[in-house]
Amino acid sequence: MASASIIPSLSIIDQLPLLTIVVPMIAAPLCVLFGNRHIAWLLAFIASLVSFLFSAHMLLQVIDGDVLSYHLGGWVPPLGIEYRVDAANAFVLLLISGISTVILPYARQSVAHEIKKVSHTLFYCCYLLCFTGLLGVVVTGDAFNVFVFLEISSLSTYVLIAMGAERDKRALTSAYDYLILGTIGATFFVIGIGFLYIATGTLNMADLAVRLADMGDNRTVQAGCAFIVVGMGLKAAIYPLHLWLPSAYTYAPSVVTVFLAATATKAAIYILLRFMFSIFQPEFVFELHTLTWIIMPLAILAMFAASLIAAFQADLKRLLAYSSVAQVGYMILGIGLATKISLSATIIHLFNHGITKAVLFMVVGAFVMRKGSSFIKNLNGLGKQMPWTCAAFVVGGLSLIGVPGTAGFISKWLLIDAALEADLWWLAMLIVLSSLLAVVYVWKTVEVLYMNEPDESIVIKEVPMTMLIPMWIMALACIYFGLNTDITLTSASVAVNSLLGGGAQ
Amino acid sequence: MTMEFILGHLNYWLFIVLMMIGFYIVVARGNYIKKIVGLNVFQVSVFMFYISIGKVEGGTAPIFPVDMNIDPNVIYSNPLPHVLILTAIVVGIATTSLGLALIVRIREEFGTIEEDEILEIESKLQLEENSTEGSSMGGRA
Repeated sequence: MASASIIPSLSIIDQLPLLTIVVPMIAAPLCVLFGNRHIAWLLAFIASLVSFLFSAHMLLQVIDGDVLSYHLGGWVPPLGIEYRVDAANAFVLLLISGISTVILPYARQSVAHEIKKVSHTLFYCCYLLCFTGLLGVVVTGDAFNVFVFLEISSLSTYVLIAMGAERDKRALTSAYDYLILGTIGATFFVIGIGFLYIATGTLNMADLAVRLADMGDNRTVQAGCAFIVVGMGLKAAIYPLHLWLPSAYTYAPSVVTVFLAATATKAAIYILLRFMFSIFQPEFVFELHTLTWIIMPLAILAMFAASLIAAFQADLKRLLAYSSVAQVGYMILGIGLATKISLSATIIHLFNHGITKAVLFMVVGAFVMRKGSSFIKNLNGLGKQMPWTCAAFVVGGLSLIGVPGTAGFISKWLLIDAALEADLWWLAMLIVLSSLLAVVYVWKTVEVLYMNEPDESIVIKEVPMTMLIPMWIMALACIYFGLNTDITLTSASVAVNSLLGGGAQ
Repeated sequence: MTMEFILGHLNYWLFIVLMMIGFYIVVARGNYIKKIVGLNVFQVSVFMFYISIGKVEGGTAPIFPVDMNIDPNVIYSNPLPHVLILTAIVVGIATTSLGLALIVRIREEFGTIEEDEILEIESKLQLEENSTEGSSMGGRA
């Protein structure tokens, strides 16, 4: 090869896009090789922390609108695989690695309680692989690479969900259902990529964007777009494609639910954003029709139907799972409106909902640990026995509803703002109305926690500090990002600009 | 639709037929192993689709001669889709083996791998829960 194509490795800083992925990827098999569950946990935590620091550093580098481009093996894109970090994916990377870093201290006790000791090293190995996959999906600038990382994360997710089988055997069937649906989704995505490759002859996202610019009438491209939207829709649990989600979240071990709820659907939504707005240009009429006539109605349906089903659940974990489907509806609505403000709302909601659901599912994990199950009926009067845990639930619940002063308020406010800007006042009404449904199911739980008399016969202790502190870090983050919006708003607006201008450079 | 159109797109027709067969098996069959088989057919159809689009008319295998004396008149097929599918095959194998492993565990716990029987067992569990913990809506929806 000509020497010009080889990029000299300058310093470790230039390798960050790759290192963020490689560190957890190498730590994963090491967890099993060491064979000690304490070392496995430590490795997972260190790998996650390192990824978090790297992501934070990358976000600082790209926050002014710069783009980091890493050429894998020195092969220059569009021929080689490129890792491309701009504000949009640096922000999502930070979310995923940050949440993982906070979850892991919590995981130690919770995993010890829910999974038998022999499997701990395997658990942390799968956890790290899932983490690697999600980061990879977000960081890569190559369309086929997205599929590969998607499958890495999905395959380990199926295993992680199935590990809930020690508490309830239905974890196995829900993992199997997810495997079938997830594989169909991923395969649809590959078909879509194949169509785009036929039409353009490239797999690099930035290159795809350039070459697709004047191919809007091409049937192949339209079919490819449809396959990609459906495939990613399955992964993101857009309303009628959400069937795998409630059972998977309900029967998975608590830590897995926290991690998946906070990150997995978010990565899929990021990919949807990337394809819909960076790769397909807004002038692509077919896409606009898809957004207006398919994505928007489904989003509204999700907001109401899923919230309504959530309100009638007896199991808190399943309730929150349905609420996740409803919240995905808000993110999809932002995509459907397709204005700059609505996209900012989607990105901020992605972040805010990530931290909110992390708090709530961590609280559920604490309940499972102390009470043995998460049925609402079992939680009578826990507000007195586990005051800190229940207070964290209230903070998370308020943020889920979107009460001013919490993170959830900011994103819903922006979404309503976007609806009003588009002259869709009825849509703004619907957003408020569906938030009222969230009040119903959050209040239903809070009432049981605080108003009912506790069962005095059993002494219930507060969960250990290692679980409380991560819970409260997230809960305080919910409040912090509700009061100080500088960080999220700036990142989101830069992210939207880089999403929309992705192919132009 | 002329004969030429049908024959000229033969690989696509085969892809669609195979894909639909696989998809149908996944949806229509209740046996968990048959579902995995269907999923395999479905995935293989996509592999074939990718491999066939790499074919260049009159092209030969994309391997340069050992002495690297490349004849500019020789047409080579596009190797990239093949490489991509190598990765996808690995993913497919991983999915199949994981699916089968799950089926083994399901058989151990439920004593069956027929979907309708498993659904029955699950709805019984659900009913028990409903009677003790309060009813919930939705089921598997």
